[in-house]
Amino acid sequence: MSAMIGFLTYATFFLVFVAIFATIALGLNLQWGFTGLFNVGVAGFVAIGAYTSAILTAPDYPNQLGGFGLPIVLGWLGAMLAAGIAALIVGIAALRLRHDYLAITTFGIAITLQLVALNAQFLTGGAFGLQFIPKPFEGLFGAGLAWNASYLAIALLVLGGIYWALERLVRSPWGRVLRAIREDEIAATALGKRAFVFRLQSFVIGCMIMGLGGALYAHFVGYIAPEDFLPILTFQLWAMLIVGGAGNNKGAILGALAVWAIWTISGGVLRGIIPADQQARGAALQIVLIGVLLAAMLLIRPRGLLGEEIRVSRHAAATTTAGV
Amino acid sequence: MLQLLADGLIIGSVIALGAIGVTLTYALLRFANFGHGEFLTWGAYLALSALGGFLAMTGATSMSPIEPFSFGWPLLAALGIAAPLTALIALTLDWLLFARLRRHGNAIVLVIASFGAALALRNLLQFFYGAIPEYYSREIQIAIRFVPRDVMGGMRITPDQLFVLALAIVTVCVLHLFLTRTTLGKAMRATAMNPLLARVTGIDVEAVIRLTWIVGAMLGAVAGIFAGLTTQLRPQLGFDLLLPLFAAAILGGIGSVWGAVIGGLIVGLAESLAVPLVGAEYRAAMAFAVIIVILLVKPSGLFAKPRQ
Repeated sequence: MSAMIGFLTYATFFLVFVAIFATIALGLNLQWGFTGLFNVGVAGFVAIGAYTSAILTAPDYPNQLGGFGLPIVLGWLGAMLAAGIAALIVGIAALRLRHDYLAITTFGIAITLQLVALNAQFLTGGAFGLQFIPKPFEGLFGAGLAWNASYLAIALLVLGGIYWALERLVRSPWGRVLRAIREDEIAATALGKRAFVFRLQSFVIGCMIMGLGGALYAHFVGYIAPEDFLPILTFQLWAMLIVGGAGNNKGAILGALAVWAIWTISGGVLRGIIPADQQARGAALQIVLIGVLLAAMLLIRPRGLLGEEIRVSRHAAATTTAGV
Repeated sequence: MLQLLADGLIIGSVIALGAIGVTLTYALLRFANFGHGEFLTWGAYLALSALGGFLAMTGATSMSPIEPFSFGWPLLAALGIAAPLTALIALTLDWLLFARLRRHGNAIVLVIASFGAALALRNLLQFFYGAIPEYYSREIQIAIRFVPRDVMGGMRITPDQLFVLALAIVTVCVLHLFLTRTTLGKAMRATAMNPLLARVTGIDVEAVIRLTWIVGAMLGAVAGIFAGLTTQLRPQLGFDLLLPLFAAAILGGIGSVWGAVIGGLIVGLAESLAVPLVGAEYRAAMAFAVIIVILLVKPSGLFAKPRQ
């Protein structure tokens, strides 16, 4: 029976991570899958969300900003707001230019934020990070399986809400404009759509979702440190989206599940076969594996497991059917 | 103050060498290669291996330095081996990944692929060499005092640093002559301007692309070895320089070799001069500040050629 509980505790733990990654991947999918924006700073925006929510809700830290003790929901809203503001600044600087400039600029902001997380002691606690981040309903369920399950329910609720909202958005006229700009910017501009404004909107909303994902992570683990938001996180999310299928929200969720499973299993296998004193090398090999997976996916099946769905406006579909 | 200028110029010359490769691949292959930093790291570590091999062959326990430098002929020979090997890595990567993706035609997919390749390359290196910092030589160098302490804080430079600066200048001059005077160099510039037209005029575009990788990767290896020589070898060596490389390439204007060099020196100086202002821990963020400013003020860069 205790083995069963152990397994279930682990399974819920695993699934909470999948739900968090899937949420962030949905934000990335809005940017890349539907708008064609290449964001290499995912880890940075996730970090902003995690730190903002932690600072807003956590108890008083000695010699540090904090002690606001706000409700967790407000922390999450704050996380989205902060990530959105950062995205606005980056977007205004880089989105008028060629795609690569956005990649380089987002790469830069992720590195800069990593430095801030490491060095701005009064704000982020430096290398030691922030601890005692409140966990929702901890008083009610305690620790262990019951609490894991309750957090899984919350994470799935958030994921479901984001999924539903994004599906509505990308099927709306607004979503069609995004795809039009992605496919042919000149044509879209000729039709009177201001590409820059639409790109900026998509970029900011995507980053807000990433910030929310970061907050979900912070309140699940209860402790965050700069090394939680290294470039490898960005890379894992890209692998999830590419494997699952960019431009498909179900694909982003499926990719999060598949890549996180591959990551966890390969980590376990490598830890099993590599001697204890060589574990750091094993961890390096794990990253090589995912890198090769991403490259192979781009070469062999660039559309991912689930490709982009072909969508037409409900009205256009109706006329076509009527016409036939 | 003078010391900061000198430090900035030395780190700037390393950035300049790396940025030439970034700007050339960007101009010819039309994508920002996030894997370029790994050429620096691999070059530096391959030189370390070659150096170890030479020392084992001659039976020496450490290389006897050429006065007044901290390194001897074996390191220069190691550079001669590491640079072509790094070029080979770049060509293999192009053949395995980038060439195939180029045929599909979406430039941004290449950027994603380069991002993945960078992580794979860096961790492969860490798998082979481990994460502990390494050195080419354990010799301690006495810095020469160029300017006495009472003049603007004085300035001290080690002979190694002077060597790096001089060799960077020589390399850039040779590259400039190559690009302006030789047929191959002219073919490269023509392809950068208009690949289709270049193909029509009989230029072997595939050969030019190979040449771009070779030049970029070899200069990257040289930059990596210099970075390793003036500081230490770490698996993150190239990755930490990637943002300054991009900043230098954008600042100088994509495709401009001299722009990349001047951009590199400016970024190096900006990083160095920022230390007393924002503290040493934020110096790496200066490259980002440079990028934001140049994108807001003059996104085509300082020395971009006008495009029709």
